[in-house]
Amino acid sequence: MSDILSPGGAPVPAAAPAASRTLWRALRHDRWAQAGAVVIVLVILTALAAPLLALLEGQDPYTYHTDLLNPADGTGAGVLGGVSGSHWFGVEPLTGRDLFAVVAYGARTSFLIGLAATVVSVVLGVLLGASAGYAGGWWDTVVSRVTDVLLGFPQLIFMIAVGAVAPAAIPRPLLLIAVIGLFGWPRVARVVRAQTLSLRNRDFVRAARALGARGGHVFRRELLPNLWAPIIVLATVSIPANIGLEAALSFLGVGIPPPTPSWGRSISDAINWVQTDPMFLIFPGAALFIATLAFNMLGDGLRDALDPKTAVRR
Amino acid sequence: MNRTLRFVGVRLAGMIAVLLVVSFATFAVFYLLPTDPAMMSCGKPCTPENLALARQFMGFDKPWGQQYLDFLGGIFTGRTFGTGVTAIVCSAPCFGYSFQQSESVLSLIGDRLPVTVSLAIGASVIWLVAGVATGVFSALRRGRFADRAAMTITLAGVSAPAYLVGLLGILLFGFTLDMVPVNGYVQFAQSPLDWAWHLVLPWLVLAFINAAVYARLSRGQMLEVLGEDFVRTARAFGLPERTVIGKYALRNVLLPVVTVFAVDLGALLGGAVITERVFALPGLGGLLVDAVHQVDLPVLMGVSLFAAFFVVLANFVVDVLYGVLDPRARLT
Repeated sequence: MSDILSPGGAPVPAAAPAASRTLWRALRHDRWAQAGAVVIVLVILTALAAPLLALLEGQDPYTYHTDLLNPADGTGAGVLGGVSGSHWFGVEPLTGRDLFAVVAYGARTSFLIGLAATVVSVVLGVLLGASAGYAGGWWDTVVSRVTDVLLGFPQLIFMIAVGAVAPAAIPRPLLLIAVIGLFGWPRVARVVRAQTLSLRNRDFVRAARALGARGGHVFRRELLPNLWAPIIVLATVSIPANIGLEAALSFLGVGIPPPTPSWGRSISDAINWVQTDPMFLIFPGAALFIATLAFNMLGDGLRDALDPKTAVRR
Repeated sequence: MNRTLRFVGVRLAGMIAVLLVVSFATFAVFYLLPTDPAMMSCGKPCTPENLALARQFMGFDKPWGQQYLDFLGGIFTGRTFGTGVTAIVCSAPCFGYSFQQSESVLSLIGDRLPVTVSLAIGASVIWLVAGVATGVFSALRRGRFADRAAMTITLAGVSAPAYLVGLLGILLFGFTLDMVPVNGYVQFAQSPLDWAWHLVLPWLVLAFINAAVYARLSRGQMLEVLGEDFVRTARAFGLPERTVIGKYALRNVLLPVVTVFAVDLGALLGGAVITERVFALPGLGGLLVDAVHQVDLPVLMGVSLFAAFFVVLANFVVDVLYGVLDPRARLT
């Protein structure tokens, strides 16, 4: 069947590849988005190479160095919370663990959960949104109602509650990915459904249907190429939101349990040390802020490229 | 009139349906998860007899369907746990009873609600005014320095988590400059001035984060509206720019902003969990986090449901308001 439908070339309308091409062309002129992309790559490299970086520094995020603490108040002895040649970001108050290693390993936690939860919500959202928009009828009604209910849910409160009562046997990262991902798909589904509705009656989709193409084929060859652009933008803005959510849950004590490093938990621990050791807040906080800011800069650029009407020209 | 009534009626029914779904989902999650609330108040050593007694007292020995119906029924008729002199009466509307804190969930929520409301109302007024003003101002100066500067700041506001901004605020204004108190809550009735003074920093932190979102939203909306025909027509008629922007454009900008605002405010009233934790404010969010650490299931369930109620109510108000403000929306 695919032979009939793709006579020696893509059956995709010219608009589809052009949309993603415009995206990349616009990005080439957007310095902010480029800066964001560079920072993202750097943070991902840090996450991947965390053990190497820690090795280079000669530390690891688990060893206690209580001898490096100021016995008077439990903070890192020396300037800026114990910053030195062997402890680049100083040490954690109370435990004396190396803060640079904690922050570098924390990038792994954040990215693992931020990316995986985004994949879960984007895949679910695209499948449900596109099928609802394409099929219509009772399936559309069901998906739309579930979307409404989930969007009208006190999500953070529910996540906290689930995190509190979930059995310890479930690995925490997996639980966080599932919970964040399951609450994230309605936003994606809503956009994808609206796009699919407008695509459904376009001539090229009708032609494919008239030639006897089934739902799966239409989805892969006709709808998906036209949905890529909004999907990329949605994913780019979901990742920082999910990273922030993981950090927020860890901050509230229902996320990643110690001793696994997590930016959110470090910031939460820093509450009690803000006055005596502000650097313990600054380093993990800056890491989290820079990572989310970079993703938002890139996401902004991508969105502006898609919708130049409201773009900020920098 | 008849149509309006039907419109409101349909939305009201939808609201109740969503609340039922939320309450059932919340109940199911807490019921299915293997945490036994009876264990918590069984005492040590916990003999099987004591455990069974505690379960029976709390009503956890019944089948799950019955438990859910008991919970729902309690909202209308109240509940009595146990019998005789040791019985605990939770009068209607009963949203559950915290055996750990020996208080009904509703009165626990009632104690905490004023704090959350004070926080939410103050912050939302600031962010709505500041956000919309920034967005409109930015749109009118599109591409100039002011626009770029404002949008760069809002990008930071969107990216920074509330607890980070809150802690930095405490560090800067509380400790380094020693200007405002960093935590605690003073009742409004006790001293309105102290009440506001203790809430200034939390208000500003919440407002900064949310104003960023509103500034971006209203900027985009303003740019769209400025391109519409009716704006061009108004200008062609020679109306002063002040009237065109202030009277015609702004009204269309506010419509989507109000929608988002109502939903955000509804969500915030259910507990500003993070802000309350950072500033040690004893609000609903604090109640929830405490309940999490003590595995106090009735409180978890009650606060979740209460928060859902605010969100659903906000959505309902928006739907009805939208129908009133924008006649086009009534058709769907």
